[in-house]
Amino acid sequence: MVKNLRERMSPTDIVMWSIGGILAILIVWGTASTIIKGTYSARHWIDFVIFGLAQGSIYALIAMGYTMVYGVLRMINFAHSEVFMSGPYTAYFFAAYFHRSGLLDSHPVISLVLVFLVSMATSVMIAVLLERIAYRPLRGAPRLVPLITAIGASFFLQYVFRGLYGSGFQAYPVISALEGQFTLGPIRVLKFQALVIVAAGLLMVALYQFTQRTRLGKALRSVSEDKEASALMGIDVDRMISMTFMIGGAAAGAAGVLYAIMFKQVHFFMGFIPGIKAFTAAVLGGIGNIPGAMLGGIFLGLVESVGPSLFLDGLGIVAPYQLKDAIAFTMLVLVLIFRPSGILGERLAVKKA
Amino acid sequence: MKRRFALAVALALVVAFALMSTAQAAPPKDPLGVITIKKGQPIHIAYWMVVAGPDASLGEDTKRGVEIAIADKGGKLLGHPIKLTGQDEGCGPEGGQASTTKIASDPTVVAAVGSNCSSAARPGAPILWKAGISTVSPSNTAPYLTDPKRGPEYDGYLRTAHNDKVQGAVAAQFAIKKMGVKTAATIHDGSVYAEQLQAVFAEEFKKLGGTITSQEAVAPTDTDMRPVLTKIATGKPQFIYYPIFIAAAGHITRQVKEVAGLEKVYLMSADGSFSPDFYKAAGETAVGMFHSSPDFSAFAAGYKGFLDKHQKKYGEKPIAPFHAHGYDAAMIIFAAIEKVAVKDGDTIHIGRKALRDALYATKGLQGLTGNLTCDKFGDCADPRIAVYQQTAENIKKLENPQTPFWKPY
Amino acid sequence: MDTTSTKEFPGLRLGVIGGVCLVLLSLIGMVHAFNQREIVSEVISMGQTLLLFTAAFVAYMAAVRTRPKAPGRILAAAVTAGVVMTALLALLVLIGQTVNMRQVFINASPALFNALLFYQENFGAGAALLLLAGAAVGFFTGLLHLMPALVRRALITGLCSLAVAGMLQDLIAPVLSAWGPFAPIGEWIFSGNGLSVSGALTLFILIAGGTAAWTAKGDTVRHKVIRMEAGPKRRLKLAALMAAALVLIVLPHALGLFLSEVLTIVGLYILLGLGLNIVVGFAGLLDLGYVAFFAIGSYTVAILTSPEIGRFTMTFWQALPFAIIFGVIAGVMLGVPVLKMRGDYLAIATLGFGEIIRILVLSDALRPWLGGAQGIGKIAKAQIGEMEFATPQEVYYLLLAGCILVGFISWRLRDSRLGRAWMAMREDEDVAQAMGINLVATKLLAFATGAGFSALSGAIFASKIGSVYPHSFNVMISINILCVIIVGGMGSMPGVVVGALALVGLPELLREFAEYRLLVYGAALVAMMLLRPEGLWPEATHQRELHDSTEPAATPAAGAAAAPPG
Repeated sequence: MVKNLRERMSPTDIVMWSIGGILAILIVWGTASTIIKGTYSARHWIDFVIFGLAQGSIYALIAMGYTMVYGVLRMINFAHSEVFMSGPYTAYFFAAYFHRSGLLDSHPVISLVLVFLVSMATSVMIAVLLERIAYRPLRGAPRLVPLITAIGASFFLQYVFRGLYGSGFQAYPVISALEGQFTLGPIRVLKFQALVIVAAGLLMVALYQFTQRTRLGKALRSVSEDKEASALMGIDVDRMISMTFMIGGAAAGAAGVLYAIMFKQVHFFMGFIPGIKAFTAAVLGGIGNIPGAMLGGIFLGLVESVGPSLFLDGLGIVAPYQLKDAIAFTMLVLVLIFRPSGILGERLAVKKA
Repeated sequence: MKRRFALAVALALVVAFALMSTAQAAPPKDPLGVITIKKGQPIHIAYWMVVAGPDASLGEDTKRGVEIAIADKGGKLLGHPIKLTGQDEGCGPEGGQASTTKIASDPTVVAAVGSNCSSAARPGAPILWKAGISTVSPSNTAPYLTDPKRGPEYDGYLRTAHNDKVQGAVAAQFAIKKMGVKTAATIHDGSVYAEQLQAVFAEEFKKLGGTITSQEAVAPTDTDMRPVLTKIATGKPQFIYYPIFIAAAGHITRQVKEVAGLEKVYLMSADGSFSPDFYKAAGETAVGMFHSSPDFSAFAAGYKGFLDKHQKKYGEKPIAPFHAHGYDAAMIIFAAIEKVAVKDGDTIHIGRKALRDALYATKGLQGLTGNLTCDKFGDCADPRIAVYQQTAENIKKLENPQTPFWKPY
Repeated sequence: MDTTSTKEFPGLRLGVIGGVCLVLLSLIGMVHAFNQREIVSEVISMGQTLLLFTAAFVAYMAAVRTRPKAPGRILAAAVTAGVVMTALLALLVLIGQTVNMRQVFINASPALFNALLFYQENFGAGAALLLLAGAAVGFFTGLLHLMPALVRRALITGLCSLAVAGMLQDLIAPVLSAWGPFAPIGEWIFSGNGLSVSGALTLFILIAGGTAAWTAKGDTVRHKVIRMEAGPKRRLKLAALMAAALVLIVLPHALGLFLSEVLTIVGLYILLGLGLNIVVGFAGLLDLGYVAFFAIGSYTVAILTSPEIGRFTMTFWQALPFAIIFGVIAGVMLGVPVLKMRGDYLAIATLGFGEIIRILVLSDALRPWLGGAQGIGKIAKAQIGEMEFATPQEVYYLLLAGCILVGFISWRLRDSRLGRAWMAMREDEDVAQAMGINLVATKLLAFATGAGFSALSGAIFASKIGSVYPHSFNVMISINILCVIIVGGMGSMPGVVVGALALVGLPELLREFAEYRLLVYGAALVAMMLLRPEGLWPEATHQRELHDSTEPAATPAAGAAAAPPG
């Protein structure tokens, strides 16, 4: 039977591998010709990488929320992008107030911490309400049903925030303490990029340690392994699920402020694209897997930043940055062809996905 | 069987009504029909704009322009209240088709304002015109819509926004003649508007002897523009033209100075981001950059009054750039209605063809965006486009600069 | 107070929740925006109706949940809920009038507060009126709950119909005025803005009376039909079927231009839904990039027929087979790389595929072939002899034919060997394979069939609109179609029709509520799934499955009620 199976599977494997191979060859060819063309200096490449790292850290932080919820509920929390939006949009009004009152310039650390707290609190609140109202009643329903309520909740939240704060743009104030750049030889990092990368890294490490080391974290992991057995072990499953949403919400709220520091603009629709990207990142790394989400986020950020120039410029394709999402998704498909359950996701995918 | 008989009667009724409904005819006063508005009945104006989704601020803004125009008329025209209803056109052809079909199916609609997006106007305007409804767009800029070859189905279409052909060329002339640059790069966001503007700019720029170093594109939802700007920097342009909308233009303006090699480049955008919300989005980094926009310095007082009313009514500054065009679109319609309406005691009659002709005959109407004169293809915008430079002062006040930096005329 | 007593007397708790809802409705601007429209002319505006119905609903819930069911307690609970809700609203006004909330909450305008106080200058007087109104609403809903079921149902149906009639006045009035003899009726029921008072009263009496009569007599009629003998029953069914066919044929002419347009849009989504239903509903492959095939169908027709691109100038019918073939090929091409992926990995890979297609048609690099950002216009209309399918009423027939064809194909497929293989795969891939099902062929056939249907829909879409732009093919379309089939009932073909009517038809009808359309849509999506997780018209087997786990031998109605409340 094994032989029979192999005979049956092999043609498709060949097709799959050849698609993967062609894509890989195209990428290598594009890369080679870009480098030979020599339009970009080493300094440009370093810049690309740093831009990608900063963007990727934010994706990674948002991806945490997706991946943790997926771990315990096996559902795509589509409304997570609105959890991400609600925090920084609400915290904007505090940031603007601190800016007007001068607190932001005189005590940047205190006011930034406050802004972070407001943002995280709002996101946590939205995430918990979301779980309580839209997901909890559907615990036993088929997999796709909570996905639809998540989509519905996403629309609803978007337009509630639009109604509350308006359809225009708001911009976070410039924080003078974060202006300027660090230079280290050829490496040039803008101060706020450094903040974003470091803060995101610290948060992710803290989160990882939390799930690995603390009692609560172990309970969380056990719920994601097997809900019924955990309940038998005396773990309050509902509370653990709420806790997951709280942690995911807090990460999203923090990511939101970092995003706002880096890009300034906040808007009711701002969550949609980062949400989809972060979800992609989570899948790329192996959904349900926290280090996978980090890796996936960074990888995606790097591909978006470096990819168009590296792969396409050499092939003479005009306006390559228009195609950056296409490159990102092609890379995703490429990774999934060779590793159908993401970069680090093997353990989980075989069993449950 | 009684029941079957009842069923047959019901079916016969349905068929009969269906036939009757097709046999209706309009009164023959005007080739396209006459709208009769009895005493106390409202004059019904419909808008079709993008008021939901990611581009909602564009539609919201123009809609407010129309609402202020109605308020300026005291909510009344010829003694009849003005009723404004609206549809979401979704910034796409399918939304344009659905929203205009809705408007066209309502026989009380006198005229329409819209659409915001040219892609919606393309299937939408003919549907309205088929029902005899003229529409004035506050923000369509695609040349096709007022092209001589556009076809008779667009006969009821006019606009107060500027044709891309005019504005893109002015920007190129400004870059070469006034700023004396030789090399430029362009960025568009995949919208019909920006893609067309940058294409016209590039063509004119090359015609005047300049070199285009690269023509890049981003997505309107992109936030990290540093990579694409780094790519542009490798071509060492002196001038970057990015006629895109507020969000993406704000990101580019903020991030351009952070990219090595672009510290001294001139920046220019178009009227799609010439608005207070853009100064919020871009902040102080916008100081020194240029915008092309209609020259309303001659009407500065009127515009200031408009802004005051806006603040009072909506509690904020305009959120996108086309509110004044929206106001003007409504004003053109009101003036035309006043001109052609036939009074009969308290009742008024408005001929649809007559209204269309009156709209096209608009001449020297003083609006917020200039002196509006419609040409025979429906371009009503004041052809005078000027270039403005942003100063620290006007950005701080979140207001557009008052006087043009450069005029081509 | 201990917890057991609050459980029995939920007036306070529900009142606070309801009050927060009312405050939110006011702050997001719905109340003010809807106040411009009247439901009953000069009597009640739509904004007030919105608040009223929300408050009444919450007060009714308070009445329902009160234990023990003593009339006095029920009334007290409902009145408490009403007063608490309006008290919160009054508090909002008080805060709003003392501090300027507009810096943050853009819709907290003086006009809103004025309207909430019933246009009273004095806060005290207005607030008193508001509280009084809350108490009255609570009292009447409490009474309503105590009334016999017959009266209650009649009153509720009557009031809701009035609200719907008033809300959809701009739709109903033109249709009535176009129907010659009904025009005077329309003029009598509707004033320029809202229902007229006399029209509203008549409508209410008619509908309430009708409901009461049906409630009293309906069961006997239904039983008669059920107990009918086989022969007459079949004839009745046949007659009903013929009537349905006739209605489908005359429908666009009876409904007028706009409603026909809505029907054509619904038709497009039914086509798409039937296709995705095969992929997701039958075969269980979660596809979030389904719009890609829709785009391929549209662009194929556009490129092959439009003189703007000018490489080909085919007619619509010549281009149509190419559109479907390209769709099928793309389906297989997507299918191969994702063969090994499961569940959500598949979802995101397909989502990526959809985005790749959209980005490619938008790109400057492919502009000479695909039109780029400026899209492609002047796409050929479908033509049979002299008849051109241009207006919504004409396109309707094209779509009707398409839907019948596709419906027939998927109906036959469902009961075929292939259909059973799909369903076996949906239930468990490994078991299906062990039973000798060729997973590769089965999966690829699912993708290919679904893609073909989608491409057909895309081709009709392109011809209907006459121009295509890349922005029409974004990920939201894929998500929307997925919602249609899940809300309709996964795997159920009538469910697709019902889902499309509910999720595509209704939002189109609500187009005039523009900025609040998607908000209502989102809330409705959540509510529908909470109330009926199995969908509006579930597939028989699926429904059994869902309810077997919770409650043995549940009927559909009991099943819906058994779903845990939100």
